[in-house]
Amino acid sequence: MAVTATTSAPAPATGGAAGPARGRGRRGALPRWCFVAPALLYMLAFFGYPLVRNIVMSFQHYTPRTFFTGESPFNGLDNWRAVLDNPLFKDSLWHTLLFTLGSLAGQFLIGLALAVFFSRRFRLSGFVRAVLLLPWLVPMVVSAVVWRKLLDQDTGVINTLLTDLGLADAPVHWLSSPSVALLSAILVNIWVGIPFNMVILYGGLQEIPRDLYEAAALDGAGAWRVFRSITLPMLRPVVTVVLVLGFMSTVKILDLILALTGGGPADATQTLGTVTYHMSFQQLDFGQGAVVGNVLILVSAVFAVLYLRANRADLGQGK
Amino acid sequence: MSRTPTAPARPGPRSVVSTAAALAILVVLLFPLYWMVNIALQPGEGLASTRWLPTGLGWSNFSRALSSQGDSLVTSLVVALGAVVVCLALAAPAAYGLAQLGLRGSGTMVFSTLITQMVPGIVIANALYSAYVDLGLVNSLPGLILADASLGLPFSIVLLRSFMVSIPTEVVEAALVDGANRFTAFVRIVLPMSRNALITSGLFSFLFAWSDFMFALTLNTTDDVKPITLSMYEYIGAHVSDWGAVMATAVVSAVPAAILLVLAQKYVAAGITGGSVK
Repeated sequence: MAVTATTSAPAPATGGAAGPARGRGRRGALPRWCFVAPALLYMLAFFGYPLVRNIVMSFQHYTPRTFFTGESPFNGLDNWRAVLDNPLFKDSLWHTLLFTLGSLAGQFLIGLALAVFFSRRFRLSGFVRAVLLLPWLVPMVVSAVVWRKLLDQDTGVINTLLTDLGLADAPVHWLSSPSVALLSAILVNIWVGIPFNMVILYGGLQEIPRDLYEAAALDGAGAWRVFRSITLPMLRPVVTVVLVLGFMSTVKILDLILALTGGGPADATQTLGTVTYHMSFQQLDFGQGAVVGNVLILVSAVFAVLYLRANRADLGQGK
Repeated sequence: MSRTPTAPARPGPRSVVSTAAALAILVVLLFPLYWMVNIALQPGEGLASTRWLPTGLGWSNFSRALSSQGDSLVTSLVVALGAVVVCLALAAPAAYGLAQLGLRGSGTMVFSTLITQMVPGIVIANALYSAYVDLGLVNSLPGLILADASLGLPFSIVLLRSFMVSIPTEVVEAALVDGANRFTAFVRIVLPMSRNALITSGLFSFLFAWSDFMFALTLNTTDDVKPITLSMYEYIGAHVSDWGAVMATAVVSAVPAAILLVLAQKYVAAGITGGSVK
C-alpha cells in the first residue's frame, strides 16, 4: 500500500550517493544512510511486507494442508466472495463500528472532563493524575481478566452492588447475554482509554495562553462561555489528534475482546480484528483472514488520512 | 511534566474540595485494580463472598500463581528486554539520521513511520506467521522478540526524532571538525544528550512488549515460548474457578506498569504525549 510506495522512495537517493554530496554534508550520502538503513529494513520486513503479503494472500487458497504441502493456489475473488457473503463478517463490521465509536465517545468525554478538572490548581493534582495512568499501562489482557471477574453475573462485585443498592432486581448478564456483551466490552475499553485521552488533552489545555482566560474574565464571561469560546476552539488540533489516534488503536483491538468474551456470546462481540484471528488462526484459512484484515486496514486508512491532515502543519516543520 | 509559570497553587477551601474530588475519582477509576489485589490476597475460595478488605493477608494465591507461571514471567522478561534492545538499536540511529543529517526523503520516512502505527497487529501476524514458518522462527524467542519490537519501534523513532531535532547541529559539527567520524560523534555526543528520550523510549518499548498478547498468541503453537499474558489467558480458560490464583497472576503481570509509574513518573506522561502528538 501507500507505505511501501513511500518507504521505497529512499532507493534513488542511495543510488545517488556516488554523485556529489549535496547540502552541508561534506561526505557522501551513503554513510549517512547507514544510520537509517537498519530501521528502514526492519520496517520494510515487519510492516511493508505484511501489508503487501496480505493483499496477495487474500487471493490465495490457504488450507491447513498448505502448511504441509506449501501449495496455496490463486483463486481469484473466491475468498472475497466467501467473506462478503458470510453474515459473521457483516455483523463484525457493525460491531467494530459500535465498539469503536462508543469507546471513543466515552473515553473522550470522560478524559476531557478529567483534563479540565485537573487543570485547576490544587494539592495532589499531579500525584492523582499520575496514578490514574495505571489502567492504560497495565496489559490489556490483565484488564480484561480483571473485568471478567468484576462483571461475572453471579460472583461479580458489580452485580452484588447493583442488587444490594436496589438498582437492579436481578443480576445483569454482562458478558453472557448477547444484547449486553458488546456494551460491556465498550465500557471496559472506555475505562482502559480514559488515561490516554486525559493526558493528551491535559497537555493541550496547558498550551492555551493564560491571558486569553484573563481577558475573558475581565469581559465577565461565565465558565461555560469560556469553555465554548476559548477552550474548545484552542484545543481543536489536539482533539483531532486524540480522536484519530484513538480511532486507529481502538478499531484494531483484539486482546481485550478475546480475553473478555472470546467474541461471544453467540458472536455478539466479534469485530473485524477477532474475525481475522478466528479465520486465520482457528479455521486456518489465511486467505479469508487476509480479506478481513484488508478491510480492517481500509477502514483505518480512511481515518489515517484525517490524522495526516491534522498533522500536516506539524510535519511541515520537521526536517 | 511542564507546568506553566503563571498561577501558583493557592491552597484554599476550593483547593480542598478539588483534592477531595480528585481522590474520589481515583477511588472509582482504580477500583478494578484494587479489586484485583483484594481477591489475590484472599486465600481460599472467595467465590460469592469476596470481602471488601483482605482481612488476614494470605500469600497462597501468589505461591500457586508463581509456581505455575514462573517460567512465563521469565519468558516475558527476556522477550521485553530483548525487544527494548532491538528497538533502541534501530530507532536511535534512525531518529538521528532523520532529525539531523538532512537526508533526502526523510520527511516521507517520518510520514510512513506515523502510518505504520495504524497497521493492525493481526494483519502483521497474519502475514508474518507463514513467513516465520518458512524461516523457522515460529515458537522461538528471537522470533517473538523481533515481532514485539515492532510495537515500540515506530513510537521510539517518532519520539527520539522529535527530541533530536532540537539538538544544535553545531555540537556535532564541532566534533567532526575535531576529527571524529559521524558514528563516534553520534555515540559520544548525541546519545548522551538524548538520555531522557532514550529512557522514555526504552520504558515504553518494554511495556509494549511486556503487554503483547497477539504475537504471543499467533506466533507460538507450542508451549516453548509462552509469555505471561498468553499464560494467563490460557489459565482463565482452564481454571476459571480459581480466581484467587488468576488475580495473583494478574497482579504480578501488572507489576512492571506499577514500577514504571513510581520510578519514572515524569517520563511516562511525557512519553504518552510526545510519542503521539509531536
